[in-house]
Amino acid sequence: MTGIGALVARDLALAVRRRGEAGLTLAFFVMAAAIFPFGVGPDPLLLGSIAAGVVWVTALLASTISLDHLFRGDLEDGSLEILVLDHRPLEGVVAAKCLAHWLATGLPVVALAPLMALLLNFDMDAWWVLVLSLAIGTPALSLAGSVGASLVLGARRGGALTGLVVLPLCLPVMVFGVGAVEAALAGRPVLPHILIEAAILVAGAPLALKASAAALRIAVE
Amino acid sequence: MPLRLHSLASPARFDRFARRILPWTWVLAALLIPCGLLWGLAFSPADYQQGDTVRVMYVHVPSAWMAMACYALVALLSASFLVWKHQLAGIAALAAAPVGACFTATALVTGSLWGLPTWGTWWVWDARLTSVLVLFFLYLGYIALAGSFDDRSRGLRAASILAVVGVVNLPVIKFSVDWWNTLHQPASVLRLDGPAIHASMLWPLAITAAGFAAFFAALLVVRIRSELLAWRIEALMRRRSAGAA
Amino acid sequence: MAEFLDMGGDAATVWPAYGVTIAVLTGLLVASLRTYARRRRDLERLERTGRDNR
Repeated sequence: MTGIGALVARDLALAVRRRGEAGLTLAFFVMAAAIFPFGVGPDPLLLGSIAAGVVWVTALLASTISLDHLFRGDLEDGSLEILVLDHRPLEGVVAAKCLAHWLATGLPVVALAPLMALLLNFDMDAWWVLVLSLAIGTPALSLAGSVGASLVLGARRGGALTGLVVLPLCLPVMVFGVGAVEAALAGRPVLPHILIEAAILVAGAPLALKASAAALRIAVE
Repeated sequence: MPLRLHSLASPARFDRFARRILPWTWVLAALLIPCGLLWGLAFSPADYQQGDTVRVMYVHVPSAWMAMACYALVALLSASFLVWKHQLAGIAALAAAPVGACFTATALVTGSLWGLPTWGTWWVWDARLTSVLVLFFLYLGYIALAGSFDDRSRGLRAASILAVVGVVNLPVIKFSVDWWNTLHQPASVLRLDGPAIHASMLWPLAITAAGFAAFFAALLVVRIRSELLAWRIEALMRRRSAGAA
Repeated sequence: MAEFLDMGGDAATVWPAYGVTIAVLTGLLVASLRTYARRRRDLERLERTGRDNR
């Protein structure tokens, strides 16, 4: 267990040193959400009706653009080979990296989401549902992202291919995450959506970890 | 690690198998497809609600079926490749994927056209069409991933993992798209299944579907042999450049 | 015959649908066959030059 803790700590230390990149992801999240009024017009009613979706989609995009340095740095300096060869099980290594990714990317997004929702004229009565749905959803996004990032490691074109691979995998979590928020706004029960979202996270995690580990082994040969 | 083709006992056997069944499959496809389509166009009844538009069903539904069946096949072959190291299975999956993607694209276009008189718009985010769209993205991801590696073997293995992940995700995606759709759409949207399938409609549908399947099988054999050639070429060139170095 | 082509007024829907389907399947078939032929030629050429160089 200390091995995993050490890995997370190392990745976080790296993320702190690369403050700029983590900060950039957050800035992207804010900017992308803020750009919507320019695209669809500042009408408060319209913005309010799409606010939850906009926050969620931009959270998804922010998670996706930060995937490149999930594994690539380690691949390039050779430490990935060591991780693959030494650490059993490799799934634990992937879990550690996902955790670090979430702490550096997902958690700040969750924290900043209420602010973005406020700017988009979101009905703040349901702010806690938004935060909860994102708190459950962003780890799932990190896990799905690790599958994409690991598969794409040896490939020629990185960025857009990662997005293409990852986005279908993220769809279910987002549907239920946004569904929870909309249920709250419509006065319908929120719990079913949250539960299904959590179930997808819990059931999908082992598969994501296994697939990422398998992909890492291929990348390192 | 490059694919060692001399360890593939199968290609020779596959080639012999292919030579035997291929002519029959082509004949089957050439007979069934025109028969089914003509029957649907000319000899099946028009629907009392949708009129002659319902005839699009005879190209849309078989295409959608083939799109889904092909993805299941790609996933199955990929799993066989990953778990039991059955090399020919991996290559077959690679050969099948673009065919499936084409069927998916056809299903999308014909589905969109089918809905046009009913909905008045070119595209509607109804549950069926949206699921097919996501399926299309899954295909694209597989094909793009497999082709993005300089080492074909690596690309195939990465794409195979993606195929297995995708097929596991597919029911979840379908479920979530259906859920999302019922939340956002009123209940009375005309379903793209068409009317309750009458016997006179079932025959051209089944014949066309069978024809598509035969066409797929024949085309797959051609494409597998083509892939095997490509692998041999790459192995040869790699050996030559290694020898020359 | 004209009635058949008109498809009860839905001609703009039915014929493009069938046309696209047939076009896609035919195009796929042609592309696959051509790729196969090209690879056959390339392989034969490679094997021939290999034999000549020996």
